[in-house]
Amino acid sequence: MSAASAPRPEAIKAIPVRHPWRWVAAVVILLVATSAIYTVATAPHLQWAVVQHFLFQDRIRLGVAGTLLLTVVAMLIGITLGVVVAVMRLSPNPVMSTVSWFYLWFFRGTPVLVQLFFWWNLPLILPTLGAFGWHVETVNYINPFIASILGLGLNEAAYMAEIVRAGIISVDQGQTEAAMALGMRRTQVLQRIVLPQAMRVIIPPTGNETISMLKTSSLAFITTFGELFRVQTEISSFNYKIVELLIVISFWYLLFTSVLTVGQYYIERYFARGSQRELPPTPYQYFRRRLFTLHAPPPQPLIAQRRDDSGQGL
Amino acid sequence: MGALPMVKSEAVHKSFGRLEVLRGIDLEVQPKEVMCMIGPSGSGKSTFLRCINHLEKIDGGRLSVDGELVGYVERGDRLYELPDREVCKKRSEIGMVFQRFNLFPHMTALENVIEAPLRVKGENRVQAVVRAGALLDRVGLADKVKAYPNQLSGGQQQRVAIARALAMEPKLMLFDEPTSALDPELVGDVLDVMRGLAKDGMTMIVVTHEMGFAREVGDSLVFMDAGVIVEKGKPRDVLTNPQEERTKSFLSKVL
Repeated sequence: MSAASAPRPEAIKAIPVRHPWRWVAAVVILLVATSAIYTVATAPHLQWAVVQHFLFQDRIRLGVAGTLLLTVVAMLIGITLGVVVAVMRLSPNPVMSTVSWFYLWFFRGTPVLVQLFFWWNLPLILPTLGAFGWHVETVNYINPFIASILGLGLNEAAYMAEIVRAGIISVDQGQTEAAMALGMRRTQVLQRIVLPQAMRVIIPPTGNETISMLKTSSLAFITTFGELFRVQTEISSFNYKIVELLIVISFWYLLFTSVLTVGQYYIERYFARGSQRELPPTPYQYFRRRLFTLHAPPPQPLIAQRRDDSGQGL
Repeated sequence: MGALPMVKSEAVHKSFGRLEVLRGIDLEVQPKEVMCMIGPSGSGKSTFLRCINHLEKIDGGRLSVDGELVGYVERGDRLYELPDREVCKKRSEIGMVFQRFNLFPHMTALENVIEAPLRVKGENRVQAVVRAGALLDRVGLADKVKAYPNQLSGGQQQRVAIARALAMEPKLMLFDEPTSALDPELVGDVLDVMRGLAKDGMTMIVVTHEMGFAREVGDSLVFMDAGVIVEKGKPRDVLTNPQEERTKSFLSKVL
């Protein structure tokens, strides 16, 4: 009867189920992919030397800097303003929430390319701007950079507001109640209790938005700002090596989106501290897990891994 | 007792939409009194508790704590709503413990306890930490100061929650089914802490299903059903010799 005395049965050794069709599919796809890449790479008029020449060329490097600058500044504006708009939207003050609603309605409702072009051309309709005896000449202030960050940043704020709002709503109502019962003010509850917890929900889509912004910033070419795509069009309008230069800038876009993807993973881990919620796998983890499932049942290290994580925190 | 009652409720009404949750609550809680509230779920016990610190607004009647109306001020014969700042100040003088603990999961036990003294009272950090350490020691968790809530058992979390409420040095403590979400074997530790508080003279209103605790620690017992107080009296009298049919049938199911 006593369980302790019973000998432990031998570990199961069984032949795993074979998945021959997975291998067939893998081979077929590999063949199709290789031939497609080969065809493009050996295209008769594609000059790899040109790609190589422009990859690290000075003007392209300036374009890279321009793209990164736009991405960072536009995201900073987007996140800051997005938090403000989201908090306004959830405010008990009807004026605030209505203003916020209209902001979302307008900036989500018009194409970002149109908005960019609008800011660039603002001086056409508003040569001066100001009030109370203080005026500025808009034409002195609206340069390609300002027009670009206004267009990208204000548009991004609308999307970030919805992400932040979703994060705030996801925090358990009990948290707000507990904080209020301690006598904390609305702003304190938001700053100290709700927003830090909302971060876990806010971070993944924000990473997504940043990656998206890296590419959307190419629309800023319309303001003549020197980001990657603008540089590409300028160079290729001289030498007609359009596809070669597209490969060059695609390399840079891919490089930075890859870096951001890795960065996002670590930020997510940081904000997961003190929570038991399972994080979604990053593309890399997902890829690794899929790779193993080609011939074996999916390994499930997540639970064990989590226990390790919390163990370190103790 | 003679002194001003700590809580005085006269004909308190509260509705959620068309649902009338409180239909005229009259009671008084004296300083240092421990009042237990029992009753079936949905009877309005928790709602009444939440009205006392103005987490819910009452629709009718008068509710006052320590001689002052909750959420309003009366000038002449008119009621004026209190501004947010005043409401927060009054809440900070009333401790509340929730059924689901509601600890802040991104903060350690210590950070949970010092948060309100630092932000609401503006206490200096060193002093707040020292007091928080003493409070955590008092609830038996001196060794869990640095633990996050998800590393603590339910009973430990609830004791941190009690320490967090005590850190504001409240004049009244509200307990909303503090042991209902706990494993049976963890209930005892939490009740011990509450027993100690009662002995030290804290005024407490405890919504509970722990009849043993109510009988032993409570000075008075209120049985609520469908938004009204059906019966109140000494815990021993109500529990052993209920007068109302409704009380009898409820007690016969839970005892």
